[in-house]
Amino acid sequence: MSAVDSCGAPEQSAPIPASVDVEKETVITGVVSSGDGPVGGAYVRLLDSTGEFTAEVVTSPAGQFRFFAAPGNWTLRALSRQGNGDASLAADRGINEIAVAVA
Amino acid sequence: MSRESALVTADWAEQNIGADNVVFVEVDEDTAAYDGGHIAGAVKINWKTELQDQVRRDFVNKEQFEALLSSKGIGNDDKVVLYGGNNNWFAAYAYWYFKLYGHGDVKLLDGGRKKWELDGRPLTKEEVSRSATTYVAVHDQDLSIRAFRDDAVKAIGVLNLVDVRSPDEFAGRLLAPAHLPQEQAQRPGHIPTAVSVPWSKAANEDGTFKSDDDLRELYAAAGLDDSKATIAYCRIGERSSHTWFVLKEILGHSDVRNYDGSWTEYGSLVGVPVAVGDEPGNA
Repeated sequence: MSAVDSCGAPEQSAPIPASVDVEKETVITGVVSSGDGPVGGAYVRLLDSTGEFTAEVVTSPAGQFRFFAAPGNWTLRALSRQGNGDASLAADRGINEIAVAVA
Repeated sequence: MSRESALVTADWAEQNIGADNVVFVEVDEDTAAYDGGHIAGAVKINWKTELQDQVRRDFVNKEQFEALLSSKGIGNDDKVVLYGGNNNWFAAYAYWYFKLYGHGDVKLLDGGRKKWELDGRPLTKEEVSRSATTYVAVHDQDLSIRAFRDDAVKAIGVLNLVDVRSPDEFAGRLLAPAHLPQEQAQRPGHIPTAVSVPWSKAANEDGTFKSDDDLRELYAAAGLDDSKATIAYCRIGERSSHTWFVLKEILGHSDVRNYDGSWTEYGSLVGVPVAVGDEPGNA
């Protein structure tokens, strides 16, 4: 069982490897969805507070993505066959959940 | 070198699936990506288990490289077209390997897997088997394109050092790209006098490379001195392969080396200078 399970994090976030200490990490996780539901295979980029690219992941079949960032302001940008979309958040240490809609 | 000699477009690639003497090779960080669907006929190279020595921290040597390519069914005269995920980071890394060992005809697929998928081009799970070849590397490692830690230290204040990690990694606020856990052994920061030009500034959102004019402007604005040799580095040498590719293969700079030890090595060295913050810092 990972630390995340014991924190009761909602099931829609991407699983965290047991070796990762979520007390020390700033995890940004969530789901990309369109009007038809979760979008798997979407490309999600994490942009820093200046809009500069920091990382990119591909969503799981259930539309999940996950980043290890640092506390601060971040923007997520998703590209997919179903369309593109953005979402922003202020992240703190621990698990930060955010949904990204594409259209 | 030029864009035309180093890159193929997705259209070209789609038209040349199955063409004689053209071998598509997928190289990924997430090596499971290939199994979920790949370009028809493409073989897979696992950058971790097949391109790295499995004991020492180093590349496969010439004999291992020859054995690898032979087993993949790649011949000396084949046109090798590399592509992959992560905006072609590991495909660019493999491209650099192919150049280290002198392969004649090697190209990168512009946009890699991402553009291919976003375009809705065909992928297949069909198993690929190619008959083994007897591949012979043209020469041993071409060290004119590879930098080691002492080269990086000597370059401080003397040569162009380009740090291609994200601005937060450059400044020391993050230790790894943000899709990876951050706990690391090395010190955060960058090599003093290195300019920060994140690899991502050289690519469009769909993973294709920016135009030659945009690329020239990018490095000029960052203060890259054309009259000097350049060493590019990142965290483990794969993103800097992407920038090495841009400077050497697309823009045709004559003396560009990739420091593959990069920050995981440099940031762990005892006694070397380190700069933190957003500025290059002093020698």
